Amino acid sequence: MQVASMHFKSRAREKLVNRNLQNALNKLQGNFVRGRAQRVAEMDNFEAIRDAASAIRDRVLDRLDVYLEEFERNATARGAEVHWAETHEDVNRIVCELARRHGVRKAVKSKSMVTEECALNDALEAAGIEVLETDLGEYILQLAKEPPSHIVAPVVHKTRDEVSDLFEEKHGTPRKTDIAELTREARERLRGHFISADMGISGANFAIAETGSTLIVTNEGNGRMVTTLPRVHVAITGIEKILPTLEDVATLMRLLPSHGTGQSISNYISVTTGVKGEREHDGPEHFHVILFDGGRTSLVGTELQPMLRCIRCGACMNHCPVYQSVGGHAYGWVYPGPMGSVLTPAYVGLEKALDLPNAATMCNQCGVVCPVKIPLPDLMRKLREQQFARKLKPWTERAAFGAWCWTAQRPAIYAAAAAIGARLLALMGGRDRLIHSIPLAGGWTASRDMPAPQGVTFRELYRRQR
Amino acid sequence: MNARENILARIRARQAKSALTDAGEREAVRAHIAAHPQNPRPAATWDPVVRFREEALKLASTVDEVEALDAAPAAISRYLDAQRLSREAVCWEAFATLDWRAAGIVIAVRAAHESDLVGVTGTFCAIAETGTLMMLSGPQTPSAVSLLPETHIAIIDASRIVRGMEEAWELVRSERRVLPRAVNFISGPSRTADIEQTVTLGAHGPYRVHIVIVKNGL
Repeated sequence: MQVASMHFKSRAREKLVNRNLQNALNKLQGNFVRGRAQRVAEMDNFEAIRDAASAIRDRVLDRLDVYLEEFERNATARGAEVHWAETHEDVNRIVCELARRHGVRKAVKSKSMVTEECALNDALEAAGIEVLETDLGEYILQLAKEPPSHIVAPVVHKTRDEVSDLFEEKHGTPRKTDIAELTREARERLRGHFISADMGISGANFAIAETGSTLIVTNEGNGRMVTTLPRVHVAITGIEKILPTLEDVATLMRLLPSHGTGQSISNYISVTTGVKGEREHDGPEHFHVILFDGGRTSLVGTELQPMLRCIRCGACMNHCPVYQSVGGHAYGWVYPGPMGSVLTPAYVGLEKALDLPNAATMCNQCGVVCPVKIPLPDLMRKLREQQFARKLKPWTERAAFGAWCWTAQRPAIYAAAAAIGARLLALMGGRDRLIHSIPLAGGWTASRDMPAPQGVTFRELYRRQR
Repeated sequence: MNARENILARIRARQAKSALTDAGEREAVRAHIAAHPQNPRPAATWDPVVRFREEALKLASTVDEVEALDAAPAAISRYLDAQRLSREAVCWEAFATLDWRAAGIVIAVRAAHESDLVGVTGTFCAIAETGTLMMLSGPQTPSAVSLLPETHIAIIDASRIVRGMEEAWELVRSERRVLPRAVNFISGPSRTADIEQTVTLGAHGPYRVHIVIVKNGL
């Protein structure tokens, strides 16, 4: 997917005044945030489960190469073919080659953020293969030619009216406004494609080392269709998505649906292993798993490695005051919200996403709700430090930090400067004791006044009153 | 070097490990997998059958109960009547010998087609904690029967309602040794909330999931 993260500020400004988006984001906050809180309250030992999940993910990451080989060995033993891809070009090339090898003309997809990273649909279409998104949200986005704005609820930014218009135009059917009717129309449109498709493409929420299986979680049932009906199934997943055992699956399934959508469990959890047996009536004859790096190894062994624990539930964005205000498109790549503010710079380059690690209030809501305890604000701060060290920030900002740093290390000078500053700001406050504009900080005072300080510093007060 | 070797080598280099995996590392990983230790889980202070029923209802499944398997066709007939549904159904082999004709239901024993309206299946087991059905694929248990029809009816054995997913996996390990091609956990009818976060049943899978619990076993 094209990176547009450098336009964060201008996009965020547009999104803030988009009333439809603001309404949708309010609702998201209500449903997903409240739902998660309810599910967590139902688990008497939630923190112990969360600690265990975090430890499971770390266990894999600390021996990632061995777990990957173990997964490959077990998957291969059951008749799956495992492919490795370093870049998104590799993924697209492998899928196109598989399509050619198996004589595929049409592919149906269930929702996969990894294939959004790769822009796989464009590659398949360029190779002359028809490809259809089948998750309702992703299907709508494919018709509208838009990227998703949330990793769980991809079309959260669109209103029912927009979907009605879109279906009327693209399907050429009478305009429907009832959500159940719109859903049925998409169901009927896609049913035939599931039956006639030659290839099903899915992501994998997890790949299980013990059994060589891939696992997907869906509510609509399209994931089951995609992994059951076509004669070829291709599952594409990041190399970090391994779980050691089936017991670990049970643990993570108590966290992923509850933190994603506030459900106690998703409607369908599909675990697929190997290919259709000789006397079986359904299931694919060929099963391919693509293990995708795409920048993940650049986090391994670094201070950002905890980010690879991520299970893509979306809780961090649902709880983030910045995401809640600007929505997902402002972030400019596949992953929005706090997890995106770490992953986007890591995967596409810090220099292309300078604003993202700074698009945070550091309130740590994301860290508090993350089911695998990723310290997201810490990781964003580390990226800020990297920006400073690599001189990626404007010289004015670096000079200001440099000056502050120099002063902060010299207490006498710091105290003197603070005393002058406090008096100056008190004077600027005037009679109403409010500062209406500050030189070099016009952005701050453009939409609010700053209360003027009293005119003395804390240290002066302390000395006087001791 | 190919992609596989590059990726594995990068991981090892970044974690400051020797270029080659030693046998000890591999053994440690295999031993952990073989031991598959239990993780912490919520307390179960409930009766499995009661809990299963409650949770299944919360997920918008409907639940009925019969004493013995031969009462299932009549119970299913009552359900189809009440819902004004088709009396033609496709069904797993396991239930081929039940007296469907007496209940006024026309049964076809085969995998489901696109046009089938009602699918009748069993389950491998069911999970009390979340009101979930666990289905294993196989020649006698085609997946499509619980997927393509608009109504999915599952006949389940009360004695195979287990506490949680952990017990379900253990049951597969002890009875099947390896996982079948597909394990599908089904928790209520298919749903979506993609448009304006409004929950709508019957996205791609069944609109209705009706569960018939057989108290005295199958």
